[in-house]
Amino acid sequence: MRVMAQLSMVMNLDKCIGCHTCSVTCKQAWTNRPGVEYAWFNNVETRPGQGYPRTYEDQDKWEGGWIRDKRGRLRLRAGGRIRKLATIFSNPKMPSIDDYYEPWTYDYENLTNAPLGEQMPVAPPRSLITGQPMKVQWSANWDDNLGGSTEILAGDPILAKVSAEVKLELEQTFMFYLPRICEHCLNPSCVASCPSGAMYKRSEDGIVLVDQDKCKGWRMCVSGCPYKKVYFNHRTGKAEKCTFCYPRVEVGLPTVCSETCVGRLRYIGLILYDADRVLDAASTENEADLYEAQLAVMLDPNDPEVIAGARESGISDEWMDAARRSPVYALAKVYRIALPLHPEYRTMPMVWYVPPLSPVVDAISRDGHDGEDPQNLFGAIDALRIPIEYLAGLFSAGDTAIVTNVLKKLAAMRAYMRDINLGRDPRSEIPASVGMGEELMYEMYRLLAIAKYEARY
Amino acid sequence: MEGHTVRKTAVTPASPGSGPNGAVGLDGPLEDLLLRSGRFFTRTDVSADLRTVTKTGGRQGDVFYRDRWSHDKVVRSTHGVNCTGSCSWKVYVKDGIITWETQETDYPTVGPDRPDYEPRGCPRGAAFSWYTYSPTRVRYPYARGVLIEMYREARIRLGDPVLAWAEIQDDPERRRKYHQARGKGGLIRVSWDEAAEIAAAAHVHTIARYGPDRIAGFSPIPAMSMVSHAAGSRFVELMGGAMTSFYDWYADLPVASPQVFGDQTDVPESGDWWDASYLMMWGSNVPVTRTPDAHWMAEVRYRGTKIVAVSPDYSDNTKFADEWMPCAPGTDGAMAMAMGHVILSEFLVKKRTPFFVDYIQKYTDLPFLVRLEERDGAYVTGKNLTAADLGDDTEGAAFKPVLIDGRTGDVVVPNGSLGFRYTDSGVGKWNLDLGDVVPRLTVLGDSAESGGGETAILRLARFDTPDGHAEVLTRGVPVRRIGGVLCCTVFDLMLAQYGVHRPGLPGTWPTGWDDASEPYTPAWQEPITGVSASQVVRIAQEFAHNAEESGGRSMIIMGAGICQWFHGDATYRAILAMLILTGSMGRNGGGWAHYVGQEKCRPVTGWATMAGATDWVRPPRQMIGTAYWYAHTDQWRYDGYRADALSTPLGRGRFAGMHTMDVLAASVAMGWMPFFPQFDRNSLDVADEAEAANIPAPQYVAQQLASGELKLAVTAPDDPRNWPRVLTAWRANLLGSSSKGNEYFLQHLLGTTRTNLRATPTAPELRPRDIAWSDEIPEGKLDLMLSIDFRMTSTTLLSDIVLPAATWYEKNDLSSTDMHPFVHAFSPAIDPPWESRTDFDAFHTIARVFSRLAKTHLGVRRDVVMMPMQHDTPGETAYPGGTQRDWRAIGEVPVPGKTMANVTVVTRNYPALAEQWETLGPLVDTLGLTTKGVTVFPDVEVKELAAKHGVMGHGAGAGRPAIDTAVKMCDTILSLSGTTNGRLAVEGFKQLERRTGRRMTDLSEGSEEKRITYADCQARPVPVITSPEWSGSETGGRRYAPFTVNVEKLKPWHTLTGRMHFFLDHDWIEELGEQLPVFRPPLDMAALFDEPRVGSTTEGLGLCVRYLTPHSKWSIHSEYQDNLFMLSLSRGGPTMWMSPQDAGKIGAKDNDWVEAVNRNGVMVLRLVISHRMPEGTVFVHHAQERTIDVPLSEANGNRGGIHNSLTRLLVKPSHLAGGYAQMSFAFNYLGPTGNQRDEVTMVRRRSQEVQY
Repeated sequence: MRVMAQLSMVMNLDKCIGCHTCSVTCKQAWTNRPGVEYAWFNNVETRPGQGYPRTYEDQDKWEGGWIRDKRGRLRLRAGGRIRKLATIFSNPKMPSIDDYYEPWTYDYENLTNAPLGEQMPVAPPRSLITGQPMKVQWSANWDDNLGGSTEILAGDPILAKVSAEVKLELEQTFMFYLPRICEHCLNPSCVASCPSGAMYKRSEDGIVLVDQDKCKGWRMCVSGCPYKKVYFNHRTGKAEKCTFCYPRVEVGLPTVCSETCVGRLRYIGLILYDADRVLDAASTENEADLYEAQLAVMLDPNDPEVIAGARESGISDEWMDAARRSPVYALAKVYRIALPLHPEYRTMPMVWYVPPLSPVVDAISRDGHDGEDPQNLFGAIDALRIPIEYLAGLFSAGDTAIVTNVLKKLAAMRAYMRDINLGRDPRSEIPASVGMGEELMYEMYRLLAIAKYEARY
Repeated sequence: MEGHTVRKTAVTPASPGSGPNGAVGLDGPLEDLLLRSGRFFTRTDVSADLRTVTKTGGRQGDVFYRDRWSHDKVVRSTHGVNCTGSCSWKVYVKDGIITWETQETDYPTVGPDRPDYEPRGCPRGAAFSWYTYSPTRVRYPYARGVLIEMYREARIRLGDPVLAWAEIQDDPERRRKYHQARGKGGLIRVSWDEAAEIAAAAHVHTIARYGPDRIAGFSPIPAMSMVSHAAGSRFVELMGGAMTSFYDWYADLPVASPQVFGDQTDVPESGDWWDASYLMMWGSNVPVTRTPDAHWMAEVRYRGTKIVAVSPDYSDNTKFADEWMPCAPGTDGAMAMAMGHVILSEFLVKKRTPFFVDYIQKYTDLPFLVRLEERDGAYVTGKNLTAADLGDDTEGAAFKPVLIDGRTGDVVVPNGSLGFRYTDSGVGKWNLDLGDVVPRLTVLGDSAESGGGETAILRLARFDTPDGHAEVLTRGVPVRRIGGVLCCTVFDLMLAQYGVHRPGLPGTWPTGWDDASEPYTPAWQEPITGVSASQVVRIAQEFAHNAEESGGRSMIIMGAGICQWFHGDATYRAILAMLILTGSMGRNGGGWAHYVGQEKCRPVTGWATMAGATDWVRPPRQMIGTAYWYAHTDQWRYDGYRADALSTPLGRGRFAGMHTMDVLAASVAMGWMPFFPQFDRNSLDVADEAEAANIPAPQYVAQQLASGELKLAVTAPDDPRNWPRVLTAWRANLLGSSSKGNEYFLQHLLGTTRTNLRATPTAPELRPRDIAWSDEIPEGKLDLMLSIDFRMTSTTLLSDIVLPAATWYEKNDLSSTDMHPFVHAFSPAIDPPWESRTDFDAFHTIARVFSRLAKTHLGVRRDVVMMPMQHDTPGETAYPGGTQRDWRAIGEVPVPGKTMANVTVVTRNYPALAEQWETLGPLVDTLGLTTKGVTVFPDVEVKELAAKHGVMGHGAGAGRPAIDTAVKMCDTILSLSGTTNGRLAVEGFKQLERRTGRRMTDLSEGSEEKRITYADCQARPVPVITSPEWSGSETGGRRYAPFTVNVEKLKPWHTLTGRMHFFLDHDWIEELGEQLPVFRPPLDMAALFDEPRVGSTTEGLGLCVRYLTPHSKWSIHSEYQDNLFMLSLSRGGPTMWMSPQDAGKIGAKDNDWVEAVNRNGVMVLRLVISHRMPEGTVFVHHAQERTIDVPLSEANGNRGGIHNSLTRLLVKPSHLAGGYAQMSFAFNYLGPTGNQRDEVTMVRRRSQEVQY
């Protein structure tokens, strides 16, 4: 066992309002400068939708992440190190600026400086790439709030995979939001793709960074990352990415995106994991088993063996304390309601998600059932307006049972708490039906609902 | 997360290697070999599984981001934008430059078992610092070049600014020249001195020539920066100018609130959503419009609270809803009526739910008696039966409605009605204490001996017709004869209105909930709303059950989606009925949560004193905004219908043959609503004339009006003598955002050319009766359009002078909101850059120049001020029964304060105006501070302020506390308000105790020593103190919910009965058939304005669609819609959202350019197609301006308009009712709404080649 520490995050999508405050505060703090106008270390996608950059999840097209070959070995999907070196001058899997969007500004000065004319002055758009007038055709968030549209939905790689029929009639509309930062993976394919050794994972906290001095601008990291969370600064010629706000977390502040999240849905916590078992886990044969494999790599900070191992690795008592109080550990491993994004990429991502529950009662009430009855709630989960298959395509490599189990826990929590809310006797059979005790369920409720600042970070 | 230190090792999981067991591994054997032999790059420490290589050092590359993060200081400020966020922010500064902002998280906790307010913010606020150094920033004073040229020439020639200004205004040629240049560029830089001089000269000239009430100021929502608002308003009011209202003008005022509660609006803080156990969001897209508060809604679900969303589209909040009720636009009233039908029939008739019955007996007008009047062989509702009707001739008897005591069957006069509020005999009796009386809800079953046992056929108006015209329902009520008068209770009327049948009553009734033939059943509403009857029944039952079980914790968040319709008040009353009938009002976790536009100015008394300048002169001139713009932008000249088009045949014909302008004039004449200018003469001259005639001014004015020698300006708004002449807009984007009928503003008020107005003037047979009509409609009324802003907007582009304002990160000010219970500060992170100044300093500058010019041109004058009977004053008892009495029609001399407005003579010391502006005046000592009828005297506070701020040494303000800095004004506001000064809160409650005879002071006792200062607010958001200024209580750390004081302390609502009203008996309410909650459909624009029908297509114009302007995700009104970050996260310019079906009809694809055209104007914008939109309706999100990416139109070759280019004002006559109880004027409390949701437009795909 080689105990290592990892800073990680959970986002509760069930609470995400899609406001993009995280994106803007992140952008203002880190990337509002020339060369990275188009880069959003943190972005929020409306799903269904194409994402940013467009269709990045289509690995048949972009070849990011790892694949397990017939011999059970992991390979970068785009080819191993030797092939990478051989093709270093040509990287056909690089997203172009159009796959992100062509950043622009406006001729704002017209408003103040226009000479007396016939019409009211206006500020038309102008490309920040070419300096020429342009028609805005795509943006950092073009499909925002559409819930997909006939023209755009076709490009959603997840929808293309799932069998669920998504009807486009108004009543069947569904949408939710997916905020994304770098996954700071345990098995990062971007790092593995870097021919210059400029990318690295910090040993003390697992944050994945680009050494700005060593980066030679090959951009193999951009194509190697299946989440497309490494960006190329076309001004400096170097790669840049989410830093997990290390200048902040090093002094005890949460990341900008977390602290400014007005949905209060982000949790930051320390995870201990066994570095010796990462490769094994990432090589798990069946994609649907990758979730459990990754959970298994996470170590129990109360386990004496783990504590001893941590001490051996030089992890301090303070850090051990943080690991024990980690909301991420609680949500991922104890309550088991947070799931990894695209475990099938085999990078062992460390930003996890609680899938969205609502709207659930709608589905059953339409059938004339009592929406408050927990048994009905469970039945309804299969009829959710957000198809389970879609969520499973994001969070469990297509295994719907994993997602269903999470949603059942959330639904049970609501039913259990309603009795308490109205002063009735709580029913222990409700948590029991999802394999939880009353205390554990109440703890989970407090972490999800009360979610005090100190509890989130 | 704890902090941690950097260690020097790094891990590099490179790709090479093969696992030790051979089964797993990376890549192939060749890579393994290379790695084992260390041929890959430098020497490293390779892990056993060959997956990782660990290196030491090499972390210098980290420095870049550390440098990027470093900053010199963090300053607390907030955003003074018109939203309800009031979020506290950290502003980061490095090397004297603002770098970025993140949210503060230090709000005081609201308790261990509930979520906290941290963090508060949204993406728009997070993008604010972009403006600081953006290319759209107004850096210097600017003026229209053509105007400056003429002014400078005249100024040099004549040697006097006022004479120079006057000469230009007297020359139609020169005037027209700069009017027509408005909005067309050609702004040039001028100095502050010159800009202030021109502005001051224009004001002085206007006062001297036309009168001070030709000056107007517009600045909305004081709570979002109280000092910046008050600084300008104080300047306008000291001059005698008029401040125009914003809350009603924005159609954010739910007129139902004054009607039902006798209160402007009072709502729960968002933390109280957590207390709800059933939560509906009705026309309120919480994640978008209440972004910092939405988490409470998401989180309360985890307590098991059910969430229901009512919205025509799949809106953002629907994502969170357990049930979605896709109610067709504008038909929400039908759904609410049907839900009310279910609640009444199941919970109050079939069974009598004790919790509900007890509540409605105590707190509502349902048990009160109403007279029935015979009309054509049947009956219609009359007025409330009062003590006066029963022969009581003592004071206030006409304002003491009566009810039946269920124990004795006797008619009794309960405490708490308006008749007890102002009378000497009412002292100690203005309360809801019923003693032993048990109010009877119905006269059904009353004995024949008591006058009961009969029934009557009642006629009621219904409007559920395709074009909304009235038809008559016939339903029976039980009656009782009292003093020879036929009466029943309001509850009896309600059951008749809702169609809830009781055995033995005549009339036509629905046979059950599934009877679609009669209003207002669940089945009846289904074809109207598109929502299934079964869902309506289920939600109504759940809603009521939950209220019963939880003690009234059923809550409805209500929003602009239902408020901003022409008949929004009717819809609101139907929804409020659901809440009141279920005992949910005045509860934590229950009741209405109306969040549209208003931000609660918690220290309201201090702000009102500063803004109204009531420490120097009373009363301030305050104007209903909608009527002001309706008249002065000549929208009334284009009305396509008469006021009685909306009437019921069951009325008294009060609006027969009248144009809406006639109704407005009648309202003004009777003293119901204000209008400015007042007279067709200078009000300063009128004061002099009265003095010369040796007649008291009120009497003089009345006589002159009666004789016709003096005319009300409202009867001739297009007479050049009655035009508004100077308008200042600050903290506002009137012309790019809120101006319903934008193109009418441009063409008629401003007189610029190339507008998009296409409407036809009112046909001769539909023109006003009492209003002067000239064939030519004026173009160019305003002499000076002055704006103060930090960014270029439509308003600044159209202004004659633009002054550069400090941003929200560059000034001292205060912020508060209804959404949270804190006051907190704006603070300057940097000094105002370039030549920008704070609003406070800008008005201070202009005031000083004004006073200098006034010495020669104005001097000290007396001014006749005419203001209507006001709510929360004895004036609201002027018209018993709300019965119209127009002296003009009767031919009598009006009586000021009785049959016409109050007339007051005040002194205007113009040369001393600046000195008054910067000191706290003496009237706070002598007349005290009055809010909502409670007066306190701040003698202690005046001494404290004098000691703290110093006093002025000489001039008009000598010896008075100084308010010559923004910080001093902040502290003065805080010091004069009960919410921020515990002593005044207690004093106010003592006053209330005397009148109510109920214990009240315990709500704020223990806070006497508490003084919240500006410095406190800078340190941290500070919770406010419970005060009689508001209707809820924060005492003991509870969450604020409105009317909890009324419910728990038996303090009356400020209404006729002192209870919440279902029944309104004002003449003008009756005229529209809205005495009781009723469904009124959207206006039929085809019938009223000859627009095409929704869904129809016209060659060349395209498809007719319903045109809605909900609030945008990427802006707060027009603010941020030009912000590069917001544009990059959206579609980069103005858009229209449309359903795929409609897009198919016009052959358009996503992002295609389209043109929308109706009689009001033209828009050019791009299409967003989504199936979340219902067919037949488009969204053009609110406040998309013409400044960003708006091409020239194909329709007329002009620049496309703003979202409000397609709308216009539609004045609802009943909103002009006044003079009676809760239906009396108060500023931003009652007045016609600037509603805009009933509009339709044509839309078509245009050429995709666009020109700018």
